[in-house]
Amino acid sequence: MGVILKAENISKQYRLGLVGTGTISHDLNRFWHKVRGKEDPYLKVGALNDRNSKAAEDYVWALRDINFDVQYGEVLGIIGKNGAGKSTLLKILSRVTSPTTGVIKTKGRIASLLEVGTGFHPELTGRENIFLNGAILGMTKAEINSRLDEIISFSGCEMYVDTPVKRYSSGMRVRLAFAVAAHLEPDILVVDEVLAVGDAEFQKKAIGKMKDISQGDGRTVLFVSHNMDSVQSLCTTGMVLENGYTTFTGTANDSVKFYTKKQLQKISSYLEFENKGNNFAKIHSIAVNRDKEYSLIADDITVELEFSLMQETSNRVDISVAIINESDLMIANVGTGLLDESPIEIIKGKKQKLKFQIKRPSINSGIYGITLRVIENRAGRAQLRIDDIIFFQIRNVATDTIFVNNSGIIQPNFEVNLF
Amino acid sequence: MIPHQKDTWLYEISSKKKAFDLNLKEVWRYRDLLILFVKRDITTVYKQTILGPLWYFIQPLFTSVIFTLVFNNLGNISTGGIPPFLFNLAGITAWNYFKECLSKTSNTFASNQSIFGKVYFPRVIMPMSITISNLLKFGIQFLIFMGFYIYYLTQGYQFGLNINLLLFPVYIMMMAFLGLGLGMTITAMTTKYRDLNVLVGFAVSLLMYVSAVPYPLSEARKKLPAFVADFVAYNPLTQIIEGFRYMLLNTGTFTWSGFIYTLFICIGVFFLGLVVFNRTEKNFIDTV
Repeated sequence: MGVILKAENISKQYRLGLVGTGTISHDLNRFWHKVRGKEDPYLKVGALNDRNSKAAEDYVWALRDINFDVQYGEVLGIIGKNGAGKSTLLKILSRVTSPTTGVIKTKGRIASLLEVGTGFHPELTGRENIFLNGAILGMTKAEINSRLDEIISFSGCEMYVDTPVKRYSSGMRVRLAFAVAAHLEPDILVVDEVLAVGDAEFQKKAIGKMKDISQGDGRTVLFVSHNMDSVQSLCTTGMVLENGYTTFTGTANDSVKFYTKKQLQKISSYLEFENKGNNFAKIHSIAVNRDKEYSLIADDITVELEFSLMQETSNRVDISVAIINESDLMIANVGTGLLDESPIEIIKGKKQKLKFQIKRPSINSGIYGITLRVIENRAGRAQLRIDDIIFFQIRNVATDTIFVNNSGIIQPNFEVNLF
Repeated sequence: MIPHQKDTWLYEISSKKKAFDLNLKEVWRYRDLLILFVKRDITTVYKQTILGPLWYFIQPLFTSVIFTLVFNNLGNISTGGIPPFLFNLAGITAWNYFKECLSKTSNTFASNQSIFGKVYFPRVIMPMSITISNLLKFGIQFLIFMGFYIYYLTQGYQFGLNINLLLFPVYIMMMAFLGLGLGMTITAMTTKYRDLNVLVGFAVSLLMYVSAVPYPLSEARKKLPAFVADFVAYNPLTQIIEGFRYMLLNTGTFTWSGFIYTLFICIGVFFLGLVVFNRTEKNFIDTV
């Protein structure tokens, strides 16, 4: 055992807004500071990466002072919400972009799978693409040749291997691409969870292969995910990212526990806001299942909203409430837009109350977030959108303490009888 | 961590940019990828076309015909006993190689961002593969040129090769270096400022006219204002085109000082391009 990869003070800053106006002046300013031997003036500014508040500054830190060590043979799961900095960290690890400060040192070659089938050329045949894609991922021709038969049979595309890839179905293309990726043998593999795509049979194969790589061959793997189940089953250690900071490192199980506990802390049945919203609408308060700590699967879900419109408009205004699960999947979306006429009165500044009652939704147990949208004229883009405005919990039974989702998205009411 | 263990790290990922970090070892490790890119470029260009590689022939031939009609028949530019068509074909063959290298490499970052955004390999592989695959195209076009060359010889025209032909590989290298160097500089700058992209499109076609492609340098000296003629003469591309025609057709002007001057410029531009390119490759995905 020993450290194979070491990250020291990794930070990454991004510029917000349009790149273009002001770039030259910023570049010149930066250059002028450099000439005088001073620090980059824009490194000092920069807001925390929090998606819910509007940034006041031009720069944002996607990652801030990330430190971690990875041992030989470790399978590290990196968990976090969308926007926590996972993808940025992945990009830095795979050398697609470089950190603003800090350094990552490695003793082995890193191969990253941020996408399958990078560089596939539609005009080339499957076989030619295996070579091209393999080489892009860092394999030599000899290595690919020695595994060619394995790759082809793993992909299940034997019949079409000499046909141009543009004639493939998208499923076949993904399978072929994954087959190449699965036969990479780097010292360190960096994988994005979203790779597990394709049909069910193939997904099983892919997850199995991932297990082989990490457990069977004892290779070092960095696995990025927001699916708690796969982190627990695949990883040995874990790291939780939040708004660009590391908030926890430890074993995979502890990390998952920490993460779900953290989610649980966010649960509330009623929230009041001082100044939430924008110049189109303001939200004063929201309540989910008011006065209840949790709800049961069979219960109705009630969402109460207090808001006021800040603008006069001749168009109709609708409000929708979407329920989002831990894997950032939208479970349901209800709103006044589905009605023939919107009950919302368009009166500037008047406080209005809206109550949504979702009857017997049968959503499985777990922690859910609510995304609120205020839409004008039923058009696609929301005038106001607030993600994760409130979190609530659904339990299987009142004594339920396991917060990880049960299998499945819904839990229908069912009966089973011998007949 | 014990400090002296530092040297055992294979490599580091950091924001520090060395001005001259070419990392040839890594490029060598990815040589198979270079070969595969070259192969891909060559085999896919004319897939699903009827004429296929014939297009390689058509473009220079038609351009030469038009040049001959416009510059030699209409404009009465003298090519000094060399058949005007052959004269133009020589210039265009050489010019095309430079032009293709420049224009294809000058959007490396923009046109490959989907690959570059997902996986790492030494970015310089991309422009290198373009330069090499264009070499093949140049080879084919050069063969056509040789075909016409032999045809005109059998027709009794008086021209021939000269000893400078030994410099042939050097001329190829100079064109590749100049095109690649300029292309890499431009692509690195266009990741942030797109203006250059617009410029390259028409600047390259204008550049041809001040690079003595459709006329010999001696004619420029005779007919153009002195400062323009000087500009043409000091244009390294003029030196390359003239030198190219000189060794093949034994016409035009060749001076060793001009040759050395051009060689230095080409190598300089190439290294400048490499440095700028390497500085950009680390972070371009954030700005492109």
